[in-house]
Amino acid sequence: MKYAYFPGCSLATTGREYDMSTKEIAEVLGIELWEIPDWNCCGASSAHLTDYRLALALPARNMAIAEEAGLDVAIPCAACYARSKAVEAAVTSSEETREEIEEIIERKYSGKSKAKALLDIMANDVPESLITKQVVNPLKGIRAACYYGCLLVRPLNTGFDDPEDPRSMDKLIKVLGGETVDWAYKTECCGASHPTTKRGVGFQMLDRILANAKEAGANCLVTACPLCLNNLDMRQGQVEKAYQKKYGLPVYYFTELMGLAFGIEPAKLGLNKHFVDAMPLVQEVLKLKSGRESA
Amino acid sequence: MKRVGVFVCHCGTNIGAVVDCPQVAEKAMDFPGVVYSVDYKYMCSEPGQEMIKKAVQEHRLDRVVVASCSPRMHERTFQRCVEGAGLNSYFVEMANIREHCSWVHAGEPEKATEKAMDLVKMAVAKVVKNKPLQKATIPVTDRALVIGGGIAGIQAALDIANAGHVVDIVEKEPSIGGKMAQIDKTFPTLDCSACILTPKMVEAASHPNINLLTYSEVEKVEGFVGNFDVTIKKKARSVNMDVCTGCGLCMEKCPKKVDSEFELKMSKRRAIYTPFPQAIPNKPVIDRENCTYFNTGKCGICSKVCPAGAVDYTQEDEYLTRRYGAIVVAIGFELFDYSVIGEYGYGKYPDVITGLHFERLVNASGPTLGKIKRPSDHKEPKNVVFIKCVGSRDPAKGKSYCSKACCMYTAKHATLVREKIKDSNIYIFYMDVRTPGKGYDEFYNRTREQYGANYIRGRVSKIYQQGERLIVRGEDTLLGRPVEIEADLVVLATAMVAQPGAGQLAQKLGIGYDKDHFYTEAHPKLAPVETHTQGVYLAGACQGPKDIPESVAQASAAAAKVCGLLSKREMLTEPIVSEVNESICAGCGMCVAICPYKAIELKTISERIQGQTVERQVASVNGGLCQGCGACTVACRSAALNLKHFTDQQILAEVNALCL
Amino acid sequence: MSVNEVTWQPKILVFACNWCTYAGADLTGLSRLQYPATVRILRVPCSGRINPQFVLKAFQKGVDAVLVAGCHPGDCHYTTGNYFTRRRFLIMRRLMEYVGLEPERLQARWISAAEAPKFQQVITEISEQIRALGPNRKLRDEEWKI
Repeated sequence: MKYAYFPGCSLATTGREYDMSTKEIAEVLGIELWEIPDWNCCGASSAHLTDYRLALALPARNMAIAEEAGLDVAIPCAACYARSKAVEAAVTSSEETREEIEEIIERKYSGKSKAKALLDIMANDVPESLITKQVVNPLKGIRAACYYGCLLVRPLNTGFDDPEDPRSMDKLIKVLGGETVDWAYKTECCGASHPTTKRGVGFQMLDRILANAKEAGANCLVTACPLCLNNLDMRQGQVEKAYQKKYGLPVYYFTELMGLAFGIEPAKLGLNKHFVDAMPLVQEVLKLKSGRESA
Repeated sequence: MKRVGVFVCHCGTNIGAVVDCPQVAEKAMDFPGVVYSVDYKYMCSEPGQEMIKKAVQEHRLDRVVVASCSPRMHERTFQRCVEGAGLNSYFVEMANIREHCSWVHAGEPEKATEKAMDLVKMAVAKVVKNKPLQKATIPVTDRALVIGGGIAGIQAALDIANAGHVVDIVEKEPSIGGKMAQIDKTFPTLDCSACILTPKMVEAASHPNINLLTYSEVEKVEGFVGNFDVTIKKKARSVNMDVCTGCGLCMEKCPKKVDSEFELKMSKRRAIYTPFPQAIPNKPVIDRENCTYFNTGKCGICSKVCPAGAVDYTQEDEYLTRRYGAIVVAIGFELFDYSVIGEYGYGKYPDVITGLHFERLVNASGPTLGKIKRPSDHKEPKNVVFIKCVGSRDPAKGKSYCSKACCMYTAKHATLVREKIKDSNIYIFYMDVRTPGKGYDEFYNRTREQYGANYIRGRVSKIYQQGERLIVRGEDTLLGRPVEIEADLVVLATAMVAQPGAGQLAQKLGIGYDKDHFYTEAHPKLAPVETHTQGVYLAGACQGPKDIPESVAQASAAAAKVCGLLSKREMLTEPIVSEVNESICAGCGMCVAICPYKAIELKTISERIQGQTVERQVASVNGGLCQGCGACTVACRSAALNLKHFTDQQILAEVNALCL
Repeated sequence: MSVNEVTWQPKILVFACNWCTYAGADLTGLSRLQYPATVRILRVPCSGRINPQFVLKAFQKGVDAVLVAGCHPGDCHYTTGNYFTRRRFLIMRRLMEYVGLEPERLQARWISAAEAPKFQQVITEISEQIRALGPNRKLRDEEWKI
């Protein structure tokens, strides 16, 4: 299996653990990730607030490079994925748009190369048996609230999972030996940039997600988006303080948990880089395992 | 040579003021076959008609052309007129020189006159080729079949039976009653549904002219109007109906409990059961799928306890074929399966229920004996949210149409909650409130003003469980703000959809259905109970969403149509139908596929060719079914099919006449 | 009959279905809406009854244009007749083009029993088109005289 790899800006900065763990598990699973040479920012929300064509042209350039190499694109970040999927849909549905975009980026892009969310690849493209084979530390003790966020499975008809009740991550965590909880805030918005700019709004949104996960009996959250993780993890202490509550919910990338299950050293996955201490639960998984082995 | 008479009408000044009628009459004498022609002020008047009759006799005319108004106006008049003169009624043709000539070319009298001559010439060319046609008669069997034993079927059957005709009701369930039997109260009067339905059920069951065939289905339909041969499958009941007294002992003693369909799985029934206590017939059936005896061969308790010895495990499905003159289809509706809608939880929250569940919950004989208790923990709900248009008016996830009854039954539910739970709060999410009907809007207003239901205009985007309660999140589009309600019970007004088997039954009957599998009426305004298949009529929600009064009205309308048909021993059929020239028919079957009325089939004929008997297939038209559209004649490669009165030769003669 | 270019007037044959277009033409009369006296209406039970052979024959006999008219799709009295008409018409029209006849000479319209103004407008338009095109010389049997 070979994919073009578009890490996006976050994975080089705030989401480094996502990048590290993705590369680690890809190696274990024998998936070749060819990082798109000279990739550029997908434009995120700034571009499509500025100009419709710009918002399409930015991701189109990355997609075009991948198309030249004849590869589908693996995209870990939910926002990068949404923007790339948007341009793929735009060029395949309108000849006129395609021509216009091609003229702007001075490259050909027919939409033949598909934008694929990393979660989609891991949950649907990689055979389950291949994953099972690599599991050395089953995720016993993990009761995850799988959090998909608002971008990953929307809009309707373009996504790889059910937009109201996505289940691909839950499936993956179960394959890794963990438990997942049924909860209501799977696809609610984490607040995106609000926790930075409008705390009153953003913190409330985070609080509801954390509260609902806790109430559903989860002992951690699992995400597939660097911004979601950033908000839920980095802001959790602030939210707790603001609402006089205690959550203590570590937040993982699903790739980190895959790496953990595959027996990769936690530091290599970036598990030591979290704000809410992610290690105690990791230690518990490892302890449970050694306990089983000695017994 | 035919002897044609041409009669040119002035229609007062309507034609005469523009078209030079005497000149047209004079010119007509030049057309081949015309031996007599005359013009007159009012051809349709009594003296005008007398004039035609006299001319037919005096001039030995055998064909008549009347140049006057549209045949859509007076064709029947002149057909009767020539009939009175001793000619076949199809020996008259009309040239439309009023609507198509004098009235539309008022400023060009010369051209209008010329055109009138052309039109007369065309009519003459056609009429000489007219063949005598006779209306055929077909016998009518004085027996009607009603498919479906809900309120529509029962009403239709009662009306037909009261008019003195024998009716069979075929119902697939063990009891008649349909959806109305599950309903608690009816809007806008809050009459108890059972109180008005069960007397009708009893009346139907005891009516000397009505036969109930419950637990039965229509297997096959053959034949045509007046003469449908219908095969009905009577599913094995495993209870001998003639012997069973309906004492109910077997149902008491049966050890096997199964989810009750009638109570929408909110309570249990036994494997030998009647769907509900007032079932008619009130004699049980054995649900063989779930019966211990049928699954393991052991048990047999019902048979042992039955004092009448009515239980019969060896009973088999029975097939009976009967002939009917007319059929009423009244198979009703089903409810939209809301578990496809993710935002309402895909059916996984026990306290998100449908309106029909609510009917059972509020019904005194229902699973909670009429106390409104939510299914999850049997607590009395305080905050009840109703969501309308679930699957209705939603082409993305459901159906594009409005289900019509939901606005009213939701208002009814709201009043029932408020009456039974005094400290309850009602929130109703709606798109529009549609209450056209007698007393309906008043009822809706009472629900708001007197009962204090909160109507919120907007859709619900998400329902989720939080602890014991359901959080309902939506939008109030009038205030332009999000709404979040902590609800104890959510009731969905799910769309009415067609019965799952509606399409298959339509194919058996040869009637049409729309994209949503509702049956298509022959004309949306002027023939709302007829179908395109003569003798098959529609009643109730199988034709489209309807409430009870509408279903009953349509059922009575269908019954009136049936009575009209069955009141005669024979019926006349229109003679303008297709006919087959068997000698040149190649038996390709193109016409069979193209006919919208299933009026053509292939039959085998044997011929002697060079001393040998050869069998081959040819098309055969059923005159009772053919409606005379002529689609088959064009599809026929060898021109073996022709439409009487509009034959290829007649139409070509008109074309020729126009050009000569 | 031979045709003289000087006295020539377009001759248009309308095949009208009994239920919609024929009734629409009746309503045009009842409404006293005027249109050129160039058309002759031939009544058929359904537009599905119109055999392409009739159309060819009409051109052969010297008609200048043929209008095939019936109920709107979905409104056919016989449910599906006009769908067959539509398919046949599209093929006919291609045949007309293939043999070199101006496609304007064969037209199809859906005109309901209520559309009197539409009937008037269609006939007026087609008459003008055909007047501009001149007589049908291509398919007619007889000699063309000047």
